[in-house]
Amino acid sequence: MEGTVEMGYRARLRVWRGDADSGELRDYEVDAEEGEVVLDLLHRLQATQCPDLAVRWNCKAGKCGSCSAEVNGRPRLTCMTRMSLFGEEETITVTPMRTFPVIKDLVCDVSYNYVKAREVPAFSPPGGLEPGEYRMHQRDVERSQEFRKCIECFLCQDTCHVIRDHSENKESFSGPRFLMRVAELEMHPLDSHEEKGGNRPEEARGDHGLGFCNITKCCTEVCPEHIGITDNALIPLKERLADQRYDPLGRLFRRKNR
Amino acid sequence: MSAPTTTSALRRVRTLRTDRWWLPPLGTALGLGAFVVYGLVRTFMNQWYWVPEYHYLAPFFSPCLSDACVPGASHLGTPFPDLAPWVPPPVFVLPFVLGFRLTCYYYRKAYYRSFWASPPACAVTEPHRRYTGETRFPLIMQNVHRYFFYAALLVAGVLTYDTVIAFRGPDGGFGFGVGTLLMLINVVLLWGYTLSCHSCRHLIGGRINHFSKHPVRYRMWTLVSRLNGHHMGLAWASLLSVALVDLYVMLIAAGAFPDPRLFN
Ligand code: SF4
Ligand code: SF4
Ligand code: FES
Ligand code: FES
Repeated sequence: MEGTVEMGYRARLRVWRGDADSGELRDYEVDAEEGEVVLDLLHRLQATQCPDLAVRWNCKAGKCGSCSAEVNGRPRLTCMTRMSLFGEEETITVTPMRTFPVIKDLVCDVSYNYVKAREVPAFSPPGGLEPGEYRMHQRDVERSQEFRKCIECFLCQDTCHVIRDHSENKESFSGPRFLMRVAELEMHPLDSHEEKGGNRPEEARGDHGLGFCNITKCCTEVCPEHIGITDNALIPLKERLADQRYDPLGRLFRRKNR
Repeated sequence: MSAPTTTSALRRVRTLRTDRWWLPPLGTALGLGAFVVYGLVRTFMNQWYWVPEYHYLAPFFSPCLSDACVPGASHLGTPFPDLAPWVPPPVFVLPFVLGFRLTCYYYRKAYYRSFWASPPACAVTEPHRRYTGETRFPLIMQNVHRYFFYAALLVAGVLTYDTVIAFRGPDGGFGFGVGTLLMLINVVLLWGYTLSCHSCRHLIGGRINHFSKHPVRYRMWTLVSRLNGHHMGLAWASLLSVALVDLYVMLIAAGAFPDPRLFN
């Protein structure tokens, strides 16, 4: 590890080490080289000092969504967090996502998200069309496509104060990621959930807790894919719900636009 | 930091953020607070809002709808009586204008964060024991935002009229001064803020699933969406411009200094 690159320095890391119950923030010094990211240092820590350090990762390219953690208290992908963001003297604290139970060190049990994912009724195929016969205009699917960029890192879920600060709300609130999934299907030009008796905005309210969201936009702030979660998914969903639930005058004048 | 030794203790640490996360909410609180104080003082000051020779009407007093209005300031008639000296004319209009801002999706974010600390900043624990968001009264009423949007359209229309008639000189012919230009900037920002509203974006086209069948509304939705991306900026710019233009008209009406006339 002797300074192969001139820019190398000893970085100070403070990492949460522990299991489901107990643990501590432990201080380490690790070599850092120019251009590296926090995940690189965690790996070097693993390779040189603590082989039992648990950390999830896969792609190191910000595309698999595995390496989510909190760096200096901010929910981030560790593989996309450059060391150059921090001063060389600064102690960088790395902790597991706060909203989910810790399994070991930086690894969390994120099954809450999979439970919520299953609760969203799937895309409902249009009647009379076989898969492969679907024809859609680009402009009709554009909005839903933005939401498909999601890499399921669950940083938005982690940072949303509705469940981060109030775990009792986990029961009734599905979080921005899955409200966005409802919005994606609600805006889908070929989804026929409604013709089959469903009502996605109403389900967003009743089953997924849309009303808990107070549009304070932290999900949008942390999303590594820069999806406009609040502006393009949550607020439009609230507006569609308002159409049918909170706008008695509008209902007199408008038919539902499809 | 007293070192946490369990995961639940780690969760109780308010935040591990090391930046000055408290600065934006503090700035927001000061900005909004200053506006509210100015608005209150100005409303109950109840004078210096009309400059007859240049037809300047202060935005806080527009439209002026009560018998208490000074002569010439009521362009739309006076449907409301002069109730009492402590019921100045803005009392009839301000609830709608403030209601629009109060239920605005951007301002909600701003004051939930800065005044209610819910949350104060991202990944900073909020101080409240329970949280129900906008699921119940009174906050569920935020859902009526679109009605305030309709009212705001009317008010923006009235302020446009105020600006048009301010393009006159003391002799009644065409003319304008610095005040007129300020009013023009203000009304442009106000329209920008009003049309970039999320409810506007929804109503104008966002509610449609098949854009391809509604090309005109799709086009309008695209334009409003682009404006909507600047909604926060427009919210602050128009808030500032309303207060500044109001202050300017007040100073001219009070005779603090003469309006620099650029033409007639
Ligand atoms: S905008 Fe809504 S969903 Fe997103 S973090 Fe804030 S409260 Fe949660
Ligand atoms: S919406 Fe963004 S933050 Fe949330 S899971 Fe998807 S990629 Fe991650
Ligand atoms: S390792 Fe895949 S997103 Fe970071
Ligand atoms: S005015 Fe801000 S969202 Fe409507």
